[in-house]
Amino acid sequence: MKKFLATTSAIAICAVISTTAFAGATLESVKKKGFLQCGVSTGLPGFSSADDKGKWTGLDVDTCRAVAAAVFGDAGKVKYSPLTAKERFTALQSGEVDLLVRNTTWTLTRDSSLGLNFAGVNYYDGQGFLVTKDLGVKSALELDGASFCIQAGTTTELNLADYFRANKMTYTPITFDKSDETVKAFEAGRCDALTSDQSQLYSLRIQLKDPSSAMVLPEVISKEPLGPVVRQGDDEWLNIVKWVLFAALNAEEYGVSSKNVDKMAASSKDPNVRRLLGQEGIKGKGLGLSDTWAANVVKQVGNYGEMFERNVGQDSPLKISRGLNALWSKGGIQYAPPIR
Amino acid sequence: MSLHKEPHPDLPPPMTSVGVIGWLRKNLFSSAPNTVLTLIVAYLIYISAVPLVQWALIDADWVGDSRDACTGGGACWVFVSVRFDQFMYGFYPESEYWRVNLAFGLLVALMVPLFLERFQRKGWLSAFILFIYPFIAYTLFYGGSLGLKEVETSLWGGLMLTLVLSGVGIVASLPIGIVLALGRRSSMPIVKAASVVFIEFWRGVPLITVLFMASVMLPLFLPEGTHFDKLLRAMIGIVLFQSAYMAEVVRGGLQAIPKGQYEAANALGLSYWKTMGLIILPQALKLVIPGIVNTFIALFKDTTLVLIIGLFDLLAMIQTAFTDPKWLGFSIEGYVFAALVFWVFCFGMSRYSQSLERKLHTGHAR
Repeated sequence: MKKFLATTSAIAICAVISTTAFAGATLESVKKKGFLQCGVSTGLPGFSSADDKGKWTGLDVDTCRAVAAAVFGDAGKVKYSPLTAKERFTALQSGEVDLLVRNTTWTLTRDSSLGLNFAGVNYYDGQGFLVTKDLGVKSALELDGASFCIQAGTTTELNLADYFRANKMTYTPITFDKSDETVKAFEAGRCDALTSDQSQLYSLRIQLKDPSSAMVLPEVISKEPLGPVVRQGDDEWLNIVKWVLFAALNAEEYGVSSKNVDKMAASSKDPNVRRLLGQEGIKGKGLGLSDTWAANVVKQVGNYGEMFERNVGQDSPLKISRGLNALWSKGGIQYAPPIR
Repeated sequence: MSLHKEPHPDLPPPMTSVGVIGWLRKNLFSSAPNTVLTLIVAYLIYISAVPLVQWALIDADWVGDSRDACTGGGACWVFVSVRFDQFMYGFYPESEYWRVNLAFGLLVALMVPLFLERFQRKGWLSAFILFIYPFIAYTLFYGGSLGLKEVETSLWGGLMLTLVLSGVGIVASLPIGIVLALGRRSSMPIVKAASVVFIEFWRGVPLITVLFMASVMLPLFLPEGTHFDKLLRAMIGIVLFQSAYMAEVVRGGLQAIPKGQYEAANALGLSYWKTMGLIILPQALKLVIPGIVNTFIALFKDTTLVLIIGLFDLLAMIQTAFTDPKWLGFSIEGYVFAALVFWVFCFGMSRYSQSLERKLHTGHAR
């Protein structure tokens, strides 16, 4: 059945790709509708989840809001389509959503064979390790002979095997079906360490009775760049999404935040800031947006650092450290081309 | 010497054979194996019920509005109470909850007379509920007319969505199922073949596949730009799937009716529809009430499968609540609550079917 589904969906997707051209159509249709239809996860702590008032929040949700702010000057003009992992690409292909920001890993297969384009990376994720502090381990390389709690059937298992083989170490895997079970087993002491994507480790850690008893090791053993996805064939729309991400990063780099953006726009002499905020230079022309598109993003949603800290960082219950997601100037790899 | 004329009054039965002790001796400790079994079961109940009660009631926290309120070490029902509205209504706007309440309240009010023996116009009322009420409910839920604010179906959720899906499934699948069952037993070859193919096709695929096809594959085949409501797609899938099952249940009833009944109806000169409507179906449907209700209960629980296509029924809504960073780690409370709600509805349906069987029982037990 699965194979059949996979084959038919592949055929169907190919059919769609070959028959439809979206050039320049997305921005037009979004403007005409008056809102951005954004595909998000049905629930992933810190990335997209509904609070008790039914409001969607998270880093992925903020990325949607930032695009809406750039297009409409109003971050509120977004409607969310919560999508499961299986549905997500079809929803984008069929035009049900205009933009997909659903913690989707950028891989060659996805970029080249699904008729999609990745517009950038809003979170660099990767597989990491959670250990109890009692274990006294400071690096994953000290974990030779350890037992690991793993969720079955994920690439996590394969990555772990690769990492240990490459470093000539041995380990004992203990697999579980659900993430709840995995964390319960870790808490009960059935394994020395728990391994999963780093963004997940922090939300699993909160579920421990005493979260401070465990720590996430610095090693990252796989590459999981997560980013927004658009349909292939509409370069204008791809540029908009791409540059909204870059604008948020540049804003952080130049010290422009939601709190000081108005003041900066009025008084800053820094040409970089002036170009970012639409005071001089190319402004919104190339993207087909208003001149203050980037200023709107920063004012209504914040710069990248603000989005990060609010949703997954120190101001959130998850308390994920910036790590790879720090700016390139601060030891991370988040780097945006200049706006000029 | 006097003679006893009156018989001596009966001695009371021995203490050990009446009352609580007598019942216990007779039912629980009548023989050695029985005693052993009783003790084992009592022990099992003890080791499972005590921690459960301790967790769910004694150590539980009931009031508060954040996870900090949960300090008792037991269940944190605060999680459920904070999210209760969302579990009931999904993302439906809070200011419009009254519309949902009104629609369900109206349904209950309309149903009550159906249960009263004295009420005469049951036929008209049922027709109203089946044919007019759905439009009223749709208008209330969806809005967009009569000055009501439009509420898209993507905002519907929680128990409300579960009830809408199963309600539509139940109401639509029974008549379609009856027609299919009659079609399958028809002597007209094309009608018969069409019914057989329909039933066997839909019974042959799992519901999860039907939903998956409806949500993932269908949009790819539609022309670009046509948007077909996701909830509607799921509903159609559920109704088609369920009516195939219903058809087989009804066919079971039709086959149980003796041939003499058909012949008698023919002898009276009744047409096909009159034979079916007046003689065969009333008897057949009565026979298969347990089967029909069984199908309904299965349908009610199957609606939770819509979570794989990103519709937020009660269960999906609860699972979404688990992912709020402020409320991580309360999955047990959520699942217990879901189980309780589903049990209440399913148990209610099952009790109703039993009372219906008793009421329609006409004496000739089979």
